[in-house]
Amino acid sequence: MIAFNKYYNHFNLISSILIVCSLILLIFKGLNFGIDFKGGTLIELRSSDSKINVSSLRDKFSQMNLGDVSVKKFGNDTDYLIKFENKDSKKNIIEEIKINLDKSFGNNFNFRRVENVGPKVSAELLRSGVIAISLSLAIMLFYIWIRFEWQFSLGAILALFHDVIVTLGVFSLFSLEINLSIIAAVLTIVGYSMNDTVVIFDRVRENLRKYSDIKIFELTNISINETLSRTIITSATTLLALLAIYLFGGEILKGFSLAMILGVIFGTYSSIYIANTVLVRLRVSQKTVLREDDQK
Amino acid sequence: MLYFSKLRIIFITLFSLLFIAIASSNLFKFDDDFFDKKINLGLDLQGGSYLLLEIDNAPVIEQKLQNLTTTIRNYFKEQNIKINNIKIEGENIFFNVDNQSKQTIIDTFTDENSDINPYYPRFKSHQLNIEDTGLNLKVNFSKQGLITLKTSSQDQAIEIVRRRIDEVGTNEPNILKRGNNRILVELPGLDDPMRVKSLLGKTANLTFRFVTNNENDSFGVEKLKYEDGIEEATVSKRIIISGDNLLDAQPKMDTQTNQTIVSFSLDRVGAKRFGKATSTGIGKQLAIVLDGKIISAPVIRDTIASGSGQISGGFTFQTATDLALLLRSGALPAPLDIIEERTVGPDLGQDSIDAGMIALTIGFLLVIIFMFVKYKIFGLITNVTLIINLFILLGILTLFEATLTLPGIAGIILTVGMAVDANVLIFERIKEELKDEKNNIVAFDSGYIKSRTAIIDANITTLLAAIILFFMGSGPIKGFSVTLGIGIFTTLFSVYFIARLFTSLYVAKNRNKEKLI
Repeated sequence: MIAFNKYYNHFNLISSILIVCSLILLIFKGLNFGIDFKGGTLIELRSSDSKINVSSLRDKFSQMNLGDVSVKKFGNDTDYLIKFENKDSKKNIIEEIKINLDKSFGNNFNFRRVENVGPKVSAELLRSGVIAISLSLAIMLFYIWIRFEWQFSLGAILALFHDVIVTLGVFSLFSLEINLSIIAAVLTIVGYSMNDTVVIFDRVRENLRKYSDIKIFELTNISINETLSRTIITSATTLLALLAIYLFGGEILKGFSLAMILGVIFGTYSSIYIANTVLVRLRVSQKTVLREDDQK
Repeated sequence: MLYFSKLRIIFITLFSLLFIAIASSNLFKFDDDFFDKKINLGLDLQGGSYLLLEIDNAPVIEQKLQNLTTTIRNYFKEQNIKINNIKIEGENIFFNVDNQSKQTIIDTFTDENSDINPYYPRFKSHQLNIEDTGLNLKVNFSKQGLITLKTSSQDQAIEIVRRRIDEVGTNEPNILKRGNNRILVELPGLDDPMRVKSLLGKTANLTFRFVTNNENDSFGVEKLKYEDGIEEATVSKRIIISGDNLLDAQPKMDTQTNQTIVSFSLDRVGAKRFGKATSTGIGKQLAIVLDGKIISAPVIRDTIASGSGQISGGFTFQTATDLALLLRSGALPAPLDIIEERTVGPDLGQDSIDAGMIALTIGFLLVIIFMFVKYKIFGLITNVTLIINLFILLGILTLFEATLTLPGIAGIILTVGMAVDANVLIFERIKEELKDEKNNIVAFDSGYIKSRTAIIDANITTLLAAIILFFMGSGPIKGFSVTLGIGIFTTLFSVYFIARLFTSLYVAKNRNKEKLI
């Protein structure tokens, strides 16, 4: 049996630091919103001429009066991702760019993807993203409150907040782009983290009923150990699947799968070291679950 | 938990086979409608354009208010009430009347049978609100009045958008209302999104009006620019004929001048008016105005009574074709703005399919190998179940002709990773049970029973997340929530019916074997 409970205090401290750091990053550095939430235009180009490179392309785009343009390689050597704000919401901007590029480089470009999000739509998308995440947290809280005692809900929700905030913190730290698929990833993380926490909690509750003489400090440790092999195997298979998406699923799914990988790791960690320590700190005992049984 | 009746076994087998057959039907072509169902590929996989259009209702409201001022003035004139200082400010009409008439006017506006202010019994509201500000009377659209106005301009606009897109000949476009002032257009497999965008961006409001030098024209005049944006001309506001009078418009080659032109034919009313205007106006310039810009302003040389004519204006064949198309399909009630656009080229779509399939195959293999190494014979059972699970999932997607997107494929891969969770929970529980219980069948039974609450709870939480995503997400993300959500149901089915069936058959045969799992 691994003595997870020996490190409850250490990891609580580390988690607190992680959360504070993430919050500081989120407040002061902020998130790198993609065009979905900031508005603007995105173009994915593929060039068939090997002489074209990032700097020549960047020079050309900066001459086009598009404002702040970002030109980056995307995946392999011939693909580029161009992003700019399109402040005046010019209607024929793509056509203009096409003509301009053809003039300087010849007809060597394939416009593989064009996305244009107006300021109104991006504001709405951001709002509905925030609503979606808040709503899912609220619904999870409600669900777990119905299924367990309030001490368990608090533990699960704290674990969820930890996962969401720290994952977003990592995205802020490395300036990774937040787009619609990241919101999907965060929601899935919420589901996964909850899933993981519920399995351990289910066992804690069962053990609380079974043993009246074991303190919650010991009891959580027993429960974690009993469910440990399941926790490891499920995380492993999920991570294997996600790793396959990250490595082979193409550039578009990279951010999504990275967020999910982080979320699964944090989610697994938090079910052990956050959800359970809340139970310990709230001094959950056999009475807590027996009262619940009486009510039923 | 481990006992299965014969009937149940037959049912499970048939059910699985049915979905395997439906899923495989994606690979073949059938003539029959029922079997020819296929999973739709989302725009991000097959390539195409997603456009969100917003109707700019401001000009419509302004026009309605303009008309309303005339109506109010004339209506009360007949009742010998003089309306003074009528003016439009913002979205309000202000006017003055003498004090005795004030109440009469307010009564006319608030009467449920009012001629001037329609009443909607369903919403218990008039089209217009009237208010006495003390200084003057204020009339504006009620909330319901605005909604009705927006809905009707949306209805008209969607019809015109549909006609224009049909004329371009895209296959299976998807044109839907969003809210009361937006239109969503999905165009799969489109070659030239720019052309459609430019077609939808034009109101196509065509008018024929005389060029005049008389600033005191009784209808009013306005200065309009030519298409080149440099030259200007003063044009009367009197409309001779408008786009509504057109019956047909076609691009043609003028054999004399070797120019591309658009020829048109008019309806009866239009032909009559056009004939009259051309007979009285010989020598004058008739401006052809499209969306506030003059295309050309030819001098009338002859009376045109045939009801057909032509527009020239330095067109290329493509611009003439597009203009004819716009004129044929009619004018939009209000300008449309493209507020969101997402276009994916067909080759990127194919690349995404390939990448998704490679990721799915590799993810699947990794999970299968892992499970086999970890659980041996029970790993094998899980893996067979996993394969059937995948087929049922694809079968359901096919049956509902769901749309598969790139995030949707990610959802399937994630389902593969998480689907084993339920079996792992059960197997781990059985292992624990076997520590105290020597009877294999009892241990397996209680393993299944005791792990059930955790499995149900765990899957409901993921399902809740998927449901929220479905309602809040759009396009590709919706595809993710669909596969993730359906994946949960197929997983529970395959774990509790298929995997349990295999397990029970195996355990029944090896009931006395030690260290079964």
